[in-house]
Amino acid sequence: MIEEMRLRDAALAKRVAEKIRKIASSKGIVKICHVCGTHEWTITHYGIRSLLPESVEVIAGPGCPVCIVPAYEIDEAIKLALDGVTITCFGDLLRVPGSKMSLLDAKAEGADVRVVYSVADAIKMARKEREKEFVFFAIGFETTAPSTAVEILKGPPENMSFLISHRLIPPAMKALVEMEDLSLNGFIAPGHVSTVIGMKPYEVFPRDYGMPTVIAGFEPLDILFAIYMVLKQLRKGKPRLENEYVRAVLPEGNVRAQRLMRKVFKAEDGRWRGLQIIPESVLTLRDKYKKYDSRQKYDLHVRRGVDIRPGCRCHLVIIGKIKPTECPLFMKACTPHRPVGPCMVSMEGTCRIWAGSAQPINERA
Amino acid sequence: MCLAVPAKIIKINGDKAQADFGGILREVNVALVDAKVGEYVLVHAGYAIQTLSRKEAEETLRLWKEILDGEDQS
Ligand code: SF4
Repeated sequence: MIEEMRLRDAALAKRVAEKIRKIASSKGIVKICHVCGTHEWTITHYGIRSLLPESVEVIAGPGCPVCIVPAYEIDEAIKLALDGVTITCFGDLLRVPGSKMSLLDAKAEGADVRVVYSVADAIKMARKEREKEFVFFAIGFETTAPSTAVEILKGPPENMSFLISHRLIPPAMKALVEMEDLSLNGFIAPGHVSTVIGMKPYEVFPRDYGMPTVIAGFEPLDILFAIYMVLKQLRKGKPRLENEYVRAVLPEGNVRAQRLMRKVFKAEDGRWRGLQIIPESVLTLRDKYKKYDSRQKYDLHVRRGVDIRPGCRCHLVIIGKIKPTECPLFMKACTPHRPVGPCMVSMEGTCRIWAGSAQPINERA
Repeated sequence: MCLAVPAKIIKINGDKAQADFGGILREVNVALVDAKVGEYVLVHAGYAIQTLSRKEAEETLRLWKEILDGEDQS
């Protein structure tokens, strides 16, 4: 689209990069954290880090929805699959290692594991094949949770239930900013999550933590501008919440989506893969909808798993503490073809993005 | 997976709509938005999660200009 091209003006990018260099402080490093796999993709793909002065670091937080699903939840899906239940899930999830194996391994052992594009596809399958039991592995952040809510409210067929694994971004940002040794100076908030939740959930960051917070879109210029906006706030010493992604994010977000999400889910404390328990960060079904809960329906009690395999540093990569290249296994024992950790699997995983898109992988075995 | 892409609504039938993703037609669920035929929506995993303002690019360019021209040396 012509409009898209205008949003990719190289001369403008140069101008912003220059502004960033001018405004960047010479005293110490400024660490700006984003929490979105798509932001990381844009940053890496367009070489944005190479445009920044050495004193400005952009790090990737836990913004890959597939990477942060704890191993025991993958184990739950695998257990159901091996017990003869049909598991439907997004393609990214197939190869993510659980404690012992991945869903793809289970499929190779004969389990019925199917990739779907949306929860609606899973429901269609369940309606068509009434003699089978279906589970939708519902992962994803606030961008995805509303679609699960829509389908649960519509009343899924009897042979369908949901392994709910949705997680919320603002509580994770709070956990990051409270990690003392991470010492962040600003946030780039995720654009697509924000189209749903709006601006309010981020207000706490400038107000209580003094963190400049800018909601950004996904063009390279969006990111450059967001970095510039954070630096400008730091320079002025007045942290606030700004919206750079005005073309998609309304201050109030998508109110209907929020309402449906609240109706169906409640937030509880819960684990993120490689991180500690994060308060009020995991969605679970409200009592009224528990009959659609796979954990209840199949009496699942898996509560422990191996999140990080020996040698893997995903727990440090997902909080931006180390770069993938600082992991000794990166592109040696761990490659997109033979991933050791979850961050090497999903197209939104930091290690996978850094590994480059040069190596096509066959997700559909 | 958190990626959302813009598409133009071609036809609406209840919660379901036909949407044009740059030449490719696909079914999209519009239960979460108030979209009309001809409007652009942001689609994530088969569901429209927000309608997009028609002047999306203009608005962004205006904002960027404001930021660049704004007083930043204070
Ligand atoms: S390169 Fe592989 S082993 Fe190392 S942190 Fe990333 S996913 Fe884990």
